[in-house]
Amino acid sequence: MNFQMEKSPSQGMLSNDVCDVLIIGAGVVGCAMARRFTLEGARVAILEKATDILDGASKANSAILHTGFDAPPGSIELACIREGYREYQEIYKGMGLVKEDCGAHVVAWSSNEVDNLEGIHAQAHENGVMDVRLISAKQLQNAEPNLSTKALAAIAVPRESIIDPWSAPYAYLAQAQKNGAEVFLSAGVSGGKFDSGIWTLSTTRGTIKAKHVINCAGLYGDLVEEAVLGEANFQITPRKGQFVVFDKAASKLVNSVILPVPTSRTIGIVVFRTVFGNLAVGPTAEDQQSRCDASVDEDAVKALIADGIAKIPDLKDMPITALYAGLRPASELKEYRILPQAKKNWISVGGIRSTGLSGALGIAQHVFKLYQKMGLKHKKLKNPMVPIANVLAEKAHRDWQRKDHGDIICHCEMVSEREIKRALEEPLPARSLAGLKRQTRVTMGRCQGFYCTARLAELTKDHFETPLSEKI
Amino acid sequence: MGKAFNNDEAPIDVAVIGGGPAGLSAATTLKQAGIARVVVFEREPEAGGIPRHCGHYPFGMREFKWPLKGPAYAAKLVARAKRAGVEFSLNTSVVEANRSGLLRVVTSAGPKSLSAKRVIYATGVRETPRSARLVSGPRVQGVLNTGALQSMVYLEGRRPFKRPVIIGTELVAFSAIMTCAHAGMKPVAMIEQNTSVTARWPTALFPWINNIPLLMETKLVEIKGGDRVREIVVRNGKGETRTIECDGVILTGQFVPEASLGRMGHIKVDPATRGPSVDQWGRCSDPTYFATGNLLRPVETAGRSWQEGKQTGLWVAADLAGKLPHYEQKAHPVRVEPTLIYAMPQRIYRNNLDAQDVAGMTHVQLRVVKPIKGELIASIGEHVIWRKNISAKPERRIEVPIAELDTSTSSNNQGEIVFSLVSQA
Repeated sequence: MNFQMEKSPSQGMLSNDVCDVLIIGAGVVGCAMARRFTLEGARVAILEKATDILDGASKANSAILHTGFDAPPGSIELACIREGYREYQEIYKGMGLVKEDCGAHVVAWSSNEVDNLEGIHAQAHENGVMDVRLISAKQLQNAEPNLSTKALAAIAVPRESIIDPWSAPYAYLAQAQKNGAEVFLSAGVSGGKFDSGIWTLSTTRGTIKAKHVINCAGLYGDLVEEAVLGEANFQITPRKGQFVVFDKAASKLVNSVILPVPTSRTIGIVVFRTVFGNLAVGPTAEDQQSRCDASVDEDAVKALIADGIAKIPDLKDMPITALYAGLRPASELKEYRILPQAKKNWISVGGIRSTGLSGALGIAQHVFKLYQKMGLKHKKLKNPMVPIANVLAEKAHRDWQRKDHGDIICHCEMVSEREIKRALEEPLPARSLAGLKRQTRVTMGRCQGFYCTARLAELTKDHFETPLSEKI
Repeated sequence: MGKAFNNDEAPIDVAVIGGGPAGLSAATTLKQAGIARVVVFEREPEAGGIPRHCGHYPFGMREFKWPLKGPAYAAKLVARAKRAGVEFSLNTSVVEANRSGLLRVVTSAGPKSLSAKRVIYATGVRETPRSARLVSGPRVQGVLNTGALQSMVYLEGRRPFKRPVIIGTELVAFSAIMTCAHAGMKPVAMIEQNTSVTARWPTALFPWINNIPLLMETKLVEIKGGDRVREIVVRNGKGETRTIECDGVILTGQFVPEASLGRMGHIKVDPATRGPSVDQWGRCSDPTYFATGNLLRPVETAGRSWQEGKQTGLWVAADLAGKLPHYEQKAHPVRVEPTLIYAMPQRIYRNNLDAQDVAGMTHVQLRVVKPIKGELIASIGEHVIWRKNISAKPERRIEVPIAELDTSTSSNNQGEIVFSLVSQA
């Protein structure tokens, strides 16, 4: 019998071929990595242990595309953020992605903080973000009339932007996939051996061979290295960040991203709009051992709400839409841990703490250069295909505004039946409610599924690993 | 006979947003009052509202003098509206409501604009989801409001879990018990934060009848699990915590008006009721817009909402005939002090209270958060204009007759009326 099984992202055996580059982890960094190496002409495969991509650190963040004005001068992080920003700027329109240039203000609320603004201003200029400027309380009030009058002064950062934190990495991976990369979901790495220049990794879906491995496993990056290399090049201590999302009506209360004056440990609590039309407050910064427990906590959430109201007093009458928590893959150092091991054909990409979304495209370029330095070459794709992402941003032209979208399933977020059905299909099918939410925003609005869960249970009945319901 | 809405015909007189009991009865009443074009915009495939997925008794005692199950009741209200000549635009989401009754609606054919002389918001209420209750724990599958559970069971024939815990004891929580029994789910406990069951007797006997442990003075503090709910952590009045194994959580009640369309638009929303701020005819801050039913305040039964819709229908008809006082005219703002959670209406006119069709609401509705006995006082500035000793419970509306409020102390007819309820030891 001679037939070829079609390879599926979500089930069956892995590829028998030896790929050039095997990427572990389909978070935002892994997705950008897969895209870069594919475009550069490498044969790429990417492994993800969860049922859906973006299921670790990348599932929850503040969705800001940073300029790098406050990154450590001279760091790899700064270089990657700056290059990531530049590349996103270059590609987003063609890929159907969004970017809202709302700008940011670093606001000082105490005289101590006012004293620190000068240093942040100088650092921004040192980092090459020259349009950053100091502004007075009055200028700040003009720019942000709903901000508490207790604000003393600020720094304006005109080009800080907000983007869709899920559609962007989906689009990166979709482009990789469209141009030949293979995606394997539910494929967690459990070990591996390196022999005669070829890696053989064992996974929950069998083995896979590659010439080079790039470890983008995020929160599990060190564990993957312990399992495969015997020891890790870095150590991850998950840092939890909780967020509160306010009703869409609250988004008209601010224009820009309201940043605090950072402390040595964390950037602090941010008030930001999302491209989906919400207003959010967060994150907290809590070190923990668990790499998967993204619990919210009533007291922490109440403190975030109080912080938001202190900064934007009119938030007090705004309903809460959602709570979420994300885990940042912090390492023992502040700097990114991008560590090539030429002898082992292995590159560690770890400790991408909290700027992964901004830095991802730049990190991918940086890693490709390291790969080239190992003496490796491919023929760059001449006319790579560019798939167009489904737009979910509030202000964009959405599917419900077009004909024949079927019923509106989620009325709060205006998600159409057609969008849901498409997201459940190949090539990157949603196989969990969380994955479907990231691809469509279904149930993410103010009613949190009160109106649409029943229809959704019916529409998704044969698609999810953990079904929403069973037949009575 | 009723017919489907056709955009190309004559201008719309009244657009009703929401086809639940209140919206349907307002629309029916308007047609009966001789208004030419009344269109109900309903985003679901069928009109009827929440009763559509409450597959149990008793609905319709007030309207049909006979106990019906929710879906049968909803169908009867729709049939009655159709007989009266109400037009229906189903599967239609109203996405924007602007000044001058200018609406933006969306169907599968795409978006379109239309306008109506008057618009009635009848978008009802929904239960507070987990997020707004600030419940600790990871995000897990199997945490639902009663509304979502019931539409899953009665409209799709599916169930999300088998051994849920029911949180809350409002009337809807007992509806959840019936839904569980219908779909073969066995609740493991029912939990109430207060010292007594919120719903009135004899509903409170339900858990006992169904052999469900009822835990009083117990608060849900955390939901635990992996992909699905595994257990919950509760805390009792003494501050002791314990865990309860379960595979689901039904979050019942704590209703909030679904006022997002107004909130996102130009209508003033009252932070206390969380519904539109209205005068005694249900007129919003833009007098082209009216609000009715549970959207005005949480929460009354379907029958009561139907009754309110009927009155709103009469008032809107009167307004179209130019019989309501001009909106700009001086009115008394109404507000409450803590212990009371809201007052509705939020604006009261003291004139034109004679004719039945333009009298407006006869009472101010008030509610308390916790059971309290004391003196309910209405005042304007320093002057007490009304007082009465009452015993109030959260599940019972308090009604103060507007006619009894002596506003003569307010020289300019626009002094703020403040309600307070002072506890008596």
